[in-house]
Amino acid sequence: MADSTILAFFISLLAGTVRLATPILLPALGQIYTQRAGILNLGTEGTMLMGAVCGFTVASVTGSLWLGMAAGIMAGVAYSLIMAWLSVTMRANQVVAGIGMNILSTGLAVYIYRLVFGIRTLPPSVVPFPTVEIPVLSKIPVLGTILFSHNIIVYLTYVLVLPFSWFVLEKTTFGLKIKAVGENPRAADSKGINVGLVRYLSVLIGGAYAGAGGAFMTIAYMNTFTEKIIGGFGFIAVSVVIFARFKPINAMFGALLFGMAQALQLRLQAQGVGIPSQFLLMMPYIMTIIALVIASKKAEFPSAYTIPYSRMER
Amino acid sequence: MENYVVEMRHITKVFNGVAAIDNVDFALRKCSIHGLLGENGAGKTTLMNVLFGLYKAEEGEIRINGEKVAITSPVDAMSHGIGMVHQHFMLCRPLSVVENVMLGKKSRRGILLDTEETAKELKALSDKYHMGVDPYSRIWQLSIGEQQRVEILTQLYMGCDILILDEPTAVLTPQETAEFFVTLRKMKEDGKSIILITHKLEEIISIVDEVTVLRDGSLIGSRLVDAGLSKADLSNMMVGRQVLFDFPAPEKAPGKVKFSISHLVAKNDKGVEAIHDVSLEIREGEVLGLAGVDGNGQKELCEVLTGLRPLVSGSFSLKGEDISGKAPSFYIGKKISHIPEDRLTTGLAVNWSLEKNLIFKRLADPSLKKHGLISRQLVRKNWEKARNDYQIKSINGEELSRSLSGGNQQKVILARELGGNPEVLIANQPTRGLDVGASEYVRQRILDARNNGASVLLVSADLEEILQISDRVAVIYDGRIMGVLPRGANPMDIGVLMMGGKLDKEETK
Repeated sequence: MADSTILAFFISLLAGTVRLATPILLPALGQIYTQRAGILNLGTEGTMLMGAVCGFTVASVTGSLWLGMAAGIMAGVAYSLIMAWLSVTMRANQVVAGIGMNILSTGLAVYIYRLVFGIRTLPPSVVPFPTVEIPVLSKIPVLGTILFSHNIIVYLTYVLVLPFSWFVLEKTTFGLKIKAVGENPRAADSKGINVGLVRYLSVLIGGAYAGAGGAFMTIAYMNTFTEKIIGGFGFIAVSVVIFARFKPINAMFGALLFGMAQALQLRLQAQGVGIPSQFLLMMPYIMTIIALVIASKKAEFPSAYTIPYSRMER
Repeated sequence: MENYVVEMRHITKVFNGVAAIDNVDFALRKCSIHGLLGENGAGKTTLMNVLFGLYKAEEGEIRINGEKVAITSPVDAMSHGIGMVHQHFMLCRPLSVVENVMLGKKSRRGILLDTEETAKELKALSDKYHMGVDPYSRIWQLSIGEQQRVEILTQLYMGCDILILDEPTAVLTPQETAEFFVTLRKMKEDGKSIILITHKLEEIISIVDEVTVLRDGSLIGSRLVDAGLSKADLSNMMVGRQVLFDFPAPEKAPGKVKFSISHLVAKNDKGVEAIHDVSLEIREGEVLGLAGVDGNGQKELCEVLTGLRPLVSGSFSLKGEDISGKAPSFYIGKKISHIPEDRLTTGLAVNWSLEKNLIFKRLADPSLKKHGLISRQLVRKNWEKARNDYQIKSINGEELSRSLSGGNQQKVILARELGGNPEVLIANQPTRGLDVGASEYVRQRILDARNNGASVLLVSADLEEILQISDRVAVIYDGRIMGVLPRGANPMDIGVLMMGGKLDKEETK
């Protein structure tokens, strides 16, 4: 490869990294609220799938991508309400509930899709969010393509959603309450905090973020829906939270790392490197396992992580 | 009537059809310290949880400053100026002091946190009561005594006039307790009314103005504390009989050194060295008390000595034979018994029957077997003997051990560990969470083992217990032995060592 081709490869890889990190970062930021409140929502993958199908359906029926995005978010909230009810009200085992949520979503999402679109020879598609070249900045060589030539959702995620999430968790009373119910729900209760309500809200916020991440896949990254479209991003997002030790800023680095693995894998496949494509496909997931083994040892989990709360029990 | 800030009348609280407190009256005078005395399970905490709004009473009424009120939640209680410091601190460990305080109050900046203002006010309040609390330190960085001050400070900050303290001194060293009492008196002078839940008679005598005694959920009586009130009177009211406080010294002097530990080093679960160069000797027929604040290496030491934790270096020996670094089964064979710190996780298999819990360590014991197989009848006989010997109260041997009371669970462990006349007994917090009567029983049994020639290492955070039954007292701090004191040593000296200090005069050994 000539020098210029190698440079082009890396520019495209890094730009792809930034783009592909977005649908990991969005749900991961949401799961930081949820997990900080002491609830592990393994159903994030399924929640994203619901966001993906509802976002795509609404965008394709109404022709409005923003309505599609809103629908994705609403679907995420609605679907995670089930998880909140199971884990907070019913005090179910969160791992089992989360797995159930994922299985339910695969059936439900395809059902909704078929109901609206039927079976067609050519799959329906939408025109996704277009690339917005930031004036001046996108003209900077190398960096311009990597950072300033993405669709609007990518920008919003990094510039708005990420700082917002940090701000809510660190600077507001609500953020403090989330941390308290995840750490010591009895203490929070004794200080007059409604533990159940805060946990419900944390799960729902997580659902909203996951729904947005799901919709991103169908109407911002791709332009169509398939039942495999989330492809494990939800699970990766859950592990990015642990990898990031429950901090939004770290989650960005975690998401970029996994985004890069994904982007690299895609490009190596396209380049026709002499490695079987199946192995390349495994790469991001193997990275997930390795990163988790290393990071989870150091992570300080909230003390009430996955533990349901009841006032009456000692 | 006019002087009472809290009056509770005819309070009844039922759990699963059983009355935890039954028709109890309680009244707190303004500007006084009121002791609430009773054994575990007597209903002290339940009564106070009703006052604090955590439980809803089935019957009865509460009056605050003469007015009838309905308290349905802690928020209600706080709005009436009632604050409670629980036995298990209600603090979030990764958060800072000021963050913990802000959890319970409305922010002046709406949805944003008002960290700086709150921290400033906290500091001022802390200085007023000489508490020395830094609002920005994280809870996990603080000692237990400091955490307790944070809890009290939080209540004061919230503006409470009526403070409920649940067993506040259980976790404090004598010095911290003395400081704590100074703070309490200062608060009383400032017009606060304090309820002190306790089962320590000393505290009632030394700081309380009036005492209410509960037993089995019923009110035994209330009276002012004056010079005429003795510990014996109180224990009579609390337990319903005389309780032994002074255990007799051994009839015969301890024999030769039987169990000796030399230069032992071991790590904790996080891989950090938790015991450094510990050397101790225990004679035949001797109880060596190991005093110290929880978490100074006691648990690790006990685990090394019973094979549950590997040692890094050093050794320990029984009757001159080096037995260090073996598997737990080896120590069982050598008759080294262990009463672990936590009876629910290490001491018992709580979902197993009592019979099975008893034979845990003896699965290979031929006396339980017929034709090489464990015989149900022999297991049953073994249980019946233990039940009679140790007065275990249960329906039958097939009952799950989780359903027993703490005292009876500990008796099952005692039956298993002391049954075969141990050579060495490692007892880690043997009476933690037990009431006065059960504690007395456990201590008596430990002394019986000693009188039978066992070398006993008694680890306890309860200094009173150590002083009652130890023949010598070693003090551990930060994984090091700070000194070994003889029977009858001054508790204040032990307290100094427990805090990592040194004694001026050399009276160790």
